[in-house]
Amino acid sequence: MAPETRISRKFAELRARNESALIPFIVCGDRSLEDTAALVKTLETAGADLVELGVPFSDPMADGPANQRALARGLAAGVSVSAIIGFVKELRRATEIPIILFGYYNPFYHYGCERLCRDAASVGVDGLLVVDLPPEESAELDRPARVNNLDLIRLLAPTTPIERCREIARAASGFLYYVSVTGVTGARSTLPVDLEPRLRGLRRVTSLPLGVGFGISTAQQASEVASFADAAVVGSAISLVLEQHGGGPPAWKAVGELVGAMKRAMNTARA
Amino acid sequence: MRSLPDSCGHFGAYGGRYVAETLMPALLALEQAYREARRDPSFRAELEHYSREFVGRPTPLYYAANLTERLGGAKIYLKREDLCHTGAHKVNNTLGQALLAIRMKKSRITAETGAGQHGVATATMAARFGRQCEIFMGALDVQRQALNVFRMRLLGAKVTPVDSGSKSLKDALNEALRDWIATVRDTYYLIGTAAGPHPYPYIVREFQSVIGREARRQILKKEGRLPDLLIACVNGGSNAIGLFHPFIKDQNVRMMGVEAAGRGLNTLEHSATLTAGEIGVLHGNRTYLLQDELGQIRETHSIAAGLDYPGVGPEHSYLKDIGRAQYITATDDQALEALELLSRTEGIIPALESAHALAGAMQVVPAMERGQVVIVNLSGRGDKDMETVARVKGAEL
Repeated sequence: MAPETRISRKFAELRARNESALIPFIVCGDRSLEDTAALVKTLETAGADLVELGVPFSDPMADGPANQRALARGLAAGVSVSAIIGFVKELRRATEIPIILFGYYNPFYHYGCERLCRDAASVGVDGLLVVDLPPEESAELDRPARVNNLDLIRLLAPTTPIERCREIARAASGFLYYVSVTGVTGARSTLPVDLEPRLRGLRRVTSLPLGVGFGISTAQQASEVASFADAAVVGSAISLVLEQHGGGPPAWKAVGELVGAMKRAMNTARA
Repeated sequence: MRSLPDSCGHFGAYGGRYVAETLMPALLALEQAYREARRDPSFRAELEHYSREFVGRPTPLYYAANLTERLGGAKIYLKREDLCHTGAHKVNNTLGQALLAIRMKKSRITAETGAGQHGVATATMAARFGRQCEIFMGALDVQRQALNVFRMRLLGAKVTPVDSGSKSLKDALNEALRDWIATVRDTYYLIGTAAGPHPYPYIVREFQSVIGREARRQILKKEGRLPDLLIACVNGGSNAIGLFHPFIKDQNVRMMGVEAAGRGLNTLEHSATLTAGEIGVLHGNRTYLLQDELGQIRETHSIAAGLDYPGVGPEHSYLKDIGRAQYITATDDQALEALELLSRTEGIIPALESAHALAGAMQVVPAMERGQVVIVNLSGRGDKDMETVARVKGAEL
């Protein structure tokens, strides 16, 4: 059995309450770290169960335009991996919400895998999700992550054959993140029709919680996902709201409303 | 030396497959398809046929007597890739991969391009083999390389300007990858250089190795011996690896890559990745990169648009580390000087990229002995660069 983490405890709690987790993604330092700190509080109050903090990178090749621009705003604010670690340290004084750092490999690699896992775990980061690090290349991060009891969240895609899903799941912890669409991040008007059967297929190869992300932008879609998945991840929709409101209290309020509506719809779907 | 890459696409510590999970199955399928194709005599025959009849191979290995005389050292031979159809070595790879795309029954071919040479070579193959084609090109490059944009459109390709990031080659590559993530089931992504995720560095090297195989045969015939030194320009490094690879076991043949020092290595305006970069991960492979102290990718500069990328093929990183190849640099000014020198001494106007290889030769050849032999890869012709050269020289076109 994998050791208990803040992430696994959260999923166990939610399962006991028959809830599906809502996981917002926000780029760390989108406008400023003060914005991000206020947003995390807003998200938690609005019903978020876990939070993904996006690590800015110059070349985000799996992201659509909304998150590209959000990551560019984070870069412009000068937010580095070490700044994010310091930020989480502060944040942990005020919240126990599970925190996942979501990013591309190069900034992590540059910081150093051992050092990253040690420092991240010591300030209260719970998991890492590295978009461009498939299991084949992940050994140098796996080891320090395990030693430091950090969950390394793995992605599964619509193109991943079921046997490969089984292999990936075997070495995963925390939860599995199913990429709902064959495409980059960003809002879609509808969810793929084969999403539910696909998730049902995945249940047969893993007992880990299954989250769904990419393309979920409305309360309606979040509630649909909640009816069959253990978590819904929402990213680009929040990046867009932040962009439209230009940061600050009006932006936080708008994000809180969006996330609150999503969580309520998800709970209704499970009731 | 062991045969590289290994089964996971590693050249020592470099290479690999650092991509989003959505692409992993496609990369595994591509590798499988290529391994089958290379064993298939009908695929090899087809490649051979189009190389000869459509591309115009073999290209000459030309003894540059006047340049040799002028530099006063080793004998200089030019491998005339500039005489390939479309004007550069790029077509060796686009032909091979286009045949692979057809074999894999992909209806659409995409590519990134910087200067536009790889885009033109890809559009050419898509036209010849009746495939849909979309080329991603940084918005700044679209402006700077209007002639090649027009050529691609004339060939029936859709050219999509990329407005993100620095609006140049690396961003075009990002966008091509994003497109592929969304279209992977029916699209063949045709990478233009010996970089990116495995199996691309391997496949591109194999298709470009025709350069070195021909050169080896030709020099043995002309000189009765192997050359002392090979010189090629390096950014992604496909023309260089294509020339080097067939000589890699010939320990007495030295190899030299020439990177673009732009406005000088003491500035940030260059693209000399192996000389001034650090190890990192970008566009699917671990390799040397030009990056800042936080692991963010730097913008680069070279007068040669085809050398304006902040990475380098992983096999070059490996060859550098084990000392099998050496990497030197040439500035914009040195490349221009080399371009003029070759034009006047030999009646050949080289591409600005290839002029970097010649500028490298100008640095090392005079110190070599007269009996020694050097092969310089003349990877492309200079027509596309005339506006750039005219601008620098203050001439009106």
